[in-house]
Amino acid sequence: MTFLSTIKAAALSAAMIVSVALPAAHADEQYFPLQSYRVGPYAAGGTGFFGGFIDYLNLINIRDGGVNGVKLTWDECETQYEVERGVECYERQKSHAGAAAWNPLSVGIAYAMIDRITADKVPLITVNHGRTDSTDGRVFPYVFPLLLNPYSETSGIVNYIAAKEGGIDKLKGKKIVVLYHGSPYGKETIPIYELLAQKYGFTVQQIEVPHPGNEQQSQWLTIRRAKPDFVVLRGWGVMNPVALKTAVKVGYPVDHIVGNVWSNSEEDVIPAGDAAKGYTAITTQASGNTYPVVQEIVKTVYGAGKGNLEDKSRIGSVYHNLGIVNGILNVEAIRVAQEKFGHRTLTGDEVRWGFEHLKLDPAKVEALGAKDLFHSINVSWDNHEGEGYVTFQQWDGKKWNVVSDWIAPDWALLRPIIEKSAEAYAAEKGIKLRTADDANAVTTN
Amino acid sequence: MTAITSNFSAAPVLPKWMASVLLLAFAYGVVPLIGSSYLFEAILLPFLALGLAGVGLNILTGYAGQVSLGSAAFMAAGAFAAYNLNLRVEGLPLIGSIFLAGIVAAAIGIVFGLPSLRLKGFYLAVSTLAAQFFVQWALTKFSWFSNESASGVIDAPRLSIGGLALDGAVGRYLFALTIVSILTFLAYRLVSSQTGRNFIAIRDNETAARIIGIPVLKTKLLAFAISSFIIGVAGVIWAFAYLRTVEPAGFDLDRSFQILFIIIIGGLASIRGAFFGAALIVVFPLGLSRLGGFLLGDVFDSGVLDMSQRIVLGALIILFLILEPDGLVALWDRIRRRLLFAWQST
Repeated sequence: MTFLSTIKAAALSAAMIVSVALPAAHADEQYFPLQSYRVGPYAAGGTGFFGGFIDYLNLINIRDGGVNGVKLTWDECETQYEVERGVECYERQKSHAGAAAWNPLSVGIAYAMIDRITADKVPLITVNHGRTDSTDGRVFPYVFPLLLNPYSETSGIVNYIAAKEGGIDKLKGKKIVVLYHGSPYGKETIPIYELLAQKYGFTVQQIEVPHPGNEQQSQWLTIRRAKPDFVVLRGWGVMNPVALKTAVKVGYPVDHIVGNVWSNSEEDVIPAGDAAKGYTAITTQASGNTYPVVQEIVKTVYGAGKGNLEDKSRIGSVYHNLGIVNGILNVEAIRVAQEKFGHRTLTGDEVRWGFEHLKLDPAKVEALGAKDLFHSINVSWDNHEGEGYVTFQQWDGKKWNVVSDWIAPDWALLRPIIEKSAEAYAAEKGIKLRTADDANAVTTN
Repeated sequence: MTAITSNFSAAPVLPKWMASVLLLAFAYGVVPLIGSSYLFEAILLPFLALGLAGVGLNILTGYAGQVSLGSAAFMAAGAFAAYNLNLRVEGLPLIGSIFLAGIVAAAIGIVFGLPSLRLKGFYLAVSTLAAQFFVQWALTKFSWFSNESASGVIDAPRLSIGGLALDGAVGRYLFALTIVSILTFLAYRLVSSQTGRNFIAIRDNETAARIIGIPVLKTKLLAFAISSFIIGVAGVIWAFAYLRTVEPAGFDLDRSFQILFIIIIGGLASIRGAFFGAALIVVFPLGLSRLGGFLLGDVFDSGVLDMSQRIVLGALIILFLILEPDGLVALWDRIRRRLLFAWQST
């Protein structure tokens, strides 16, 4: 009678509005539900990443008329990086037919979606972040921390520091402070730093910066007292420029701060001004707009007035390029799956099969116009990360300069840890480990 | 503070309990048959959890007059306590861990309610902030609470009662609905009992209450305990039935404010008001965002739309509070009275 029926009526009318707004996918459309965030403390990352992603999807539509004639469609739902908004968006967008893959770009939202997307059989992509043990495709059939999971990133950073010190044996007795973002994303690497510290004989101190991180005086005073050889900045959003500025304030040398893969963008260093000069950060994709695929986006997409970035100077920035790389990975997975299942709208499970056979060697990457933008990827049914390579870039006050080769993280070292963690999760949740045969059984309707 | 509006409303067409029974019959019998998964997952589950939290806070703030900004902390305490009890105590049924989680939240509520013996109004609100910050800090700092999980996010256990799995959207909805109905009924009985009248006496005039022999200290702490118990159970529903993950960041100060706004907008000192408020806070932004996306989605990007929705929502709340300071429940009663009057005079 009273309020519940009111809600019901509101829900029904809302549902009617949306069913009018979103015409059902035709036979030749593949849909990307984008749980984006363009407002809130992480808007810089959100606008850049989703801007790049949408720009690439637009490029495929305009230049090629879609993937083998299948047009790519998408819509956005604002999450503000908040878990319950992300869940609401998931429920809202999943009714749309022909969903290819989810890309929420938030560890918290991704965690809340794992059960849901597994039941719905649609892949969940957490490029360069996510839950590390979801790398194990035996336990997480639909989750893909593509290119770089947090443990590989950690291994890459520690190897880089070792190289700077003159070898892995020189790490003994060194002291590293990890300054991490107080969120599921930030905490993900705590155990692996402890483990690598034990293995290589350095000491590690991990300090949390509460979300969003716009005040770090006490953390940096602690760092000054600890006098570490290196500080690893595992930040996100506004936390990064504040960290760099506060480091200068307490007199910590910026060239001994190494940023992780979410502390490596122009938006992290430009607000810090001179304090960021000499700062180094890891990346899986180089910045800059000289790569052929970025040039084509400028010409074809922005030339047609369909570019997604409002500020055109951000074209080719780190987040924008990551969005483009993410677009390439998603589109190529669809292409792989189409070769197997036909040039039509694919089911989520078919796209999952596509991701599990996504192999882009450097030659293929060059053919896609992305040579040197990113190295390569080699996903399989049980390795959902795909062995991405990393490189390091240094900020000179105006732009990022690559200062290392493409480096491979120590996958052999990490794999047993990941498997152990995934198996523990499987035991807790009562999940049966998937085999190669299970991975080849695909739901096609 | 507001009077208990529901006691002064015009005689309803049906006896009061009849309306509740029909509503429950509808919620149990009809909604699960016709509802979509979106309705359960995105609307009804957060509505039930926040509505119950509103009931809890309304007992403390609306009836007993003690302002609290620590509601989210008690939700977090309940959610994490239920998770740990379920994980660490062998053989404890789910209902048992939920009940004990409520007790844990109540205990924490009593501790942080102690300042209310000396502090009033704004000062008490500020001191309950301590609960908000302390609980979140403790849950983040000591990884024992999240079972040493790497990211601090924990998966909620499977919901099942007596071997009956309730993992689907409808199952979780029925699970939440049952708990919310029982607690709401008990809360309703409580506020019309002697204890409830003691709460109101303390809210309206503490000195007078003391003179007529109401044990002020005991009553205030009781209000904190009962309120925290209910909010703690609401936290369990939020984490186990709605989001199905538990992380401390989800229970931040914003959530506390949200619950406070729910009872202010819904109507202070009204059990129904909490649900009215929760409905507005949960459903209205969604409707607005759908409408905005539908009308202007092609013109603006989602960021601009979201910002303008906030402006509209904020303006409406201000307007609403000016026009109807007693909350949605007063508005509802007035509309009903008018309709009734119109019906009788024909």
